[in-house]
Amino acid sequence: MSTSLSGPGSTQAPGREPVGSRPPRRRTARDHAPITVTGLAVKVVLLGLVAGIAIWAAFPLVEAEKWVGLALLAATTVGLFYLYLTRRHVPAKYLVPGTLFLIAFQVFPVLYTASTAFTNFGDGHRGSKDDAIVAIQTASVKQVPGSAEYALSVATEGDPATGPLVFLVTDPATGGVSVGDADGLRRLDPGEVTVAPGGKVTAADGYTVLTFGQSSARSQEITELVVPTDGGALRSAGLSRAYEGKAVRAYDAGCDCIRDAETGRTWAADESTGSFVAADGERLAQGWKVGVGLRNFTRVLTDDHISGPFLGTLIWNFAFALGSTAGTFLLGTFVALTLHSPRMRGTNLYRVLLILPYAMPSFAMLLVWRDMFNTDFGLVNGLFGLSVNWFGQEWSARAAVLLVQLWLGYPYMFLVATGALQAIPRELTEATSVDGASPWQSFRSVTLPLLLVALSPLLISSFAYNFNNFNAIYLTTEGGPFPADNPTNGATDLLITYTYRLAFGGQGAEFGFAAAISIFIFAIVAVVSAVSFRRTRKQEEVYA
Amino acid sequence: MTRLTGPAVTGGAAGSPPGRRNAGRRTNRWLAQAGWRHLVAVLAVVFSLFPIVFVLSAALNPLGTLSSTDLVPTDGVSFGNVRELFARTAFERWFLNSLLIAGLASLASVALSALAAYAFSRMRFRGRRTGLLSLLLIQMFPQFLAIVAIFLIFTTITDLWPGLGFNTPWGLFLLYMGGALGVNTWLMKGFFDTLPRELDESATMDGATHAQVFFRIMLPLVAPILAVTGLLAFIGTINEFLMANVFLTDTDSKTLAVGMYGMLQGNERNNNFGMFAAATLLTAIPTVLVFQVLQRYIVSGLTAGAVKG
Repeated sequence: MSTSLSGPGSTQAPGREPVGSRPPRRRTARDHAPITVTGLAVKVVLLGLVAGIAIWAAFPLVEAEKWVGLALLAATTVGLFYLYLTRRHVPAKYLVPGTLFLIAFQVFPVLYTASTAFTNFGDGHRGSKDDAIVAIQTASVKQVPGSAEYALSVATEGDPATGPLVFLVTDPATGGVSVGDADGLRRLDPGEVTVAPGGKVTAADGYTVLTFGQSSARSQEITELVVPTDGGALRSAGLSRAYEGKAVRAYDAGCDCIRDAETGRTWAADESTGSFVAADGERLAQGWKVGVGLRNFTRVLTDDHISGPFLGTLIWNFAFALGSTAGTFLLGTFVALTLHSPRMRGTNLYRVLLILPYAMPSFAMLLVWRDMFNTDFGLVNGLFGLSVNWFGQEWSARAAVLLVQLWLGYPYMFLVATGALQAIPRELTEATSVDGASPWQSFRSVTLPLLLVALSPLLISSFAYNFNNFNAIYLTTEGGPFPADNPTNGATDLLITYTYRLAFGGQGAEFGFAAAISIFIFAIVAVVSAVSFRRTRKQEEVYA
Repeated sequence: MTRLTGPAVTGGAAGSPPGRRNAGRRTNRWLAQAGWRHLVAVLAVVFSLFPIVFVLSAALNPLGTLSSTDLVPTDGVSFGNVRELFARTAFERWFLNSLLIAGLASLASVALSALAAYAFSRMRFRGRRTGLLSLLLIQMFPQFLAIVAIFLIFTTITDLWPGLGFNTPWGLFLLYMGGALGVNTWLMKGFFDTLPRELDESATMDGATHAQVFFRIMLPLVAPILAVTGLLAFIGTINEFLMANVFLTDTDSKTLAVGMYGMLQGNERNNNFGMFAAATLLTAIPTVLVFQVLQRYIVSGLTAGAVKG
């Protein structure tokens, strides 16, 4: 069977019809599979589409001189053509389309993230050491007596409200106009610009000069824009003047350190942490990205500020995933069992009403639940005449989150359990009652085991899903309530929301550390799932 | 949870003692066998529906604030919230964006994973087992933590091909396609496995190509699981918040999840609640429609796939 499908079919020339004159001994079906007109047409159209997309994608790559990307694109296209024109590699024809997307948008980003777990990548440690030095120098630029002043126009190549900003400055001495951005200053051809008396540029080819209103709307960005020059850097002073200041701090290659010209203080480069450190331990904010080995991983275990809360979060994370799964399963199955009776009428109506929560958009309902638990004007307090601050206390917040999960999840379990119950042959339960078993006994020894066999894979995937159920927490409690002494790790935080806060939260991104924790999460979920899959007896069939 | 199961158990126990008189006996029998079931069902329906009733009430509340909303509308009924929703936000754009992205993404992901499931179920090749296991493993890595990497990748893509970059539905669509294999493939492979092999073997003997076997024989037979994975993908995509939130920042390119989340941010949280509730109800419409269309497949599809993992 398997060889006839994937075996070498190309050894014999393909025939249109099973021709009688051929020797019949090697007549496997594959060799004589006819080439249908529709099949051929679809193939031509799809391959043409691939070629078209490839050509369309190639132009920007050539323009930007991304030769590696171009080579990848060419290799992929050639590979696709080969795959669908040859008669071999049949399984690959079916697997490749999905796999291409999987590799580009899942495997590659995941591997990249995993590799950052061994670095200190994050705010202040983003680029190379040279980038850090440039950043430190330009950040220390100050206006000193005698600084050259320029007339300034702010412009952009894109949309005046969002496009990247550039400075158009006129040298008072020569009258030449230059354009500057974070990469440096570039001279513009005098024929391309219009300069008003007083030196201010009013128009330049390829750029849109911002009006005063547009400039003032983006004044913060304008203040932050620093254009490095040979002698220091160019900064704005107000919206229409710019000065060329001097960098107070400079890199000294001799001592591999940053020296402050005003105070004489030095910060020595520390290659192991990727930052410049003074003798008294003070660090400059701008550092660079270095490999830190396993330090991110050991930090989870050894740093008391992290390991203590981390263990609590881990335990709650397990409790949350188990509680959500078990709660929805028990309630869903119970309701399904209740409705599963020949004497029940109107089950269809009940069913339609019961699964309505499943059809509601869950992100919106999570937000609705959040507001139903509102202390002052939430529905829950209003209905029961309470004034409980549900999300303000550890245990009520946890209970509330689990209740929301129960509401969101049980219709699905109900649906699945109903289907599984209908699939159990009625003869089985009838036979047990003929043998004198009570309804409870027959449920215990016939229905329940069959139900569990049918649903256990779903239970495992439900557990894995809830273990990382970001929305359930982030859209309701946002991880809170937080203990007074630790604003990064709240009582309802799952590992995933905790990690999200580390990576993208307000206190400075720590991508490297966050990646290390996500590898922990991955390991935990993978181990739990592997163990449970092994325990479900379905394994042989799954891998058969 | 306990609130719900409690009355059911006592209801069953109360119904069990046999009645003394004839009429009473019949009532008691009904109570024992069906009555308590209806009680449980009604309680469950109440639990399922009360938040939805609350949303409905908020949507019709003329004041449109959270603090003035009760379980039933007490201040009269108005459609002002719906009017305001269309007047003050780009709701119709968000709605179309969501439908476009979720519709395309679910169709394409069903197609991609059906192809892969067919290969995994019906063919034997080197790396098959590894492939299946790695699909499972990759799925367990919290994908959105790769968001930094995804952000960097799409920054490059936006530079090169702005049509596929940030703030475009196509870019987000491509990103969602990365997760198209994964769980769906497993669910579908389980369903494919339940189909007898004799079917495609005999078709192959009759001279059908592997493509004909797949499109003409297998696909019609696996329609239930296609419906289920399609529905799951649709619901999943409509509800996807995190990636979309990073990806779409222009008002006009937002999806429902991103746009509606913004409605309840900051000071507007109380005031916009009526509008938000109206938007929630409107958002549910496509899902409910898809659900109704596919309903007859869904129960059979879910369980058959479940039985085989």
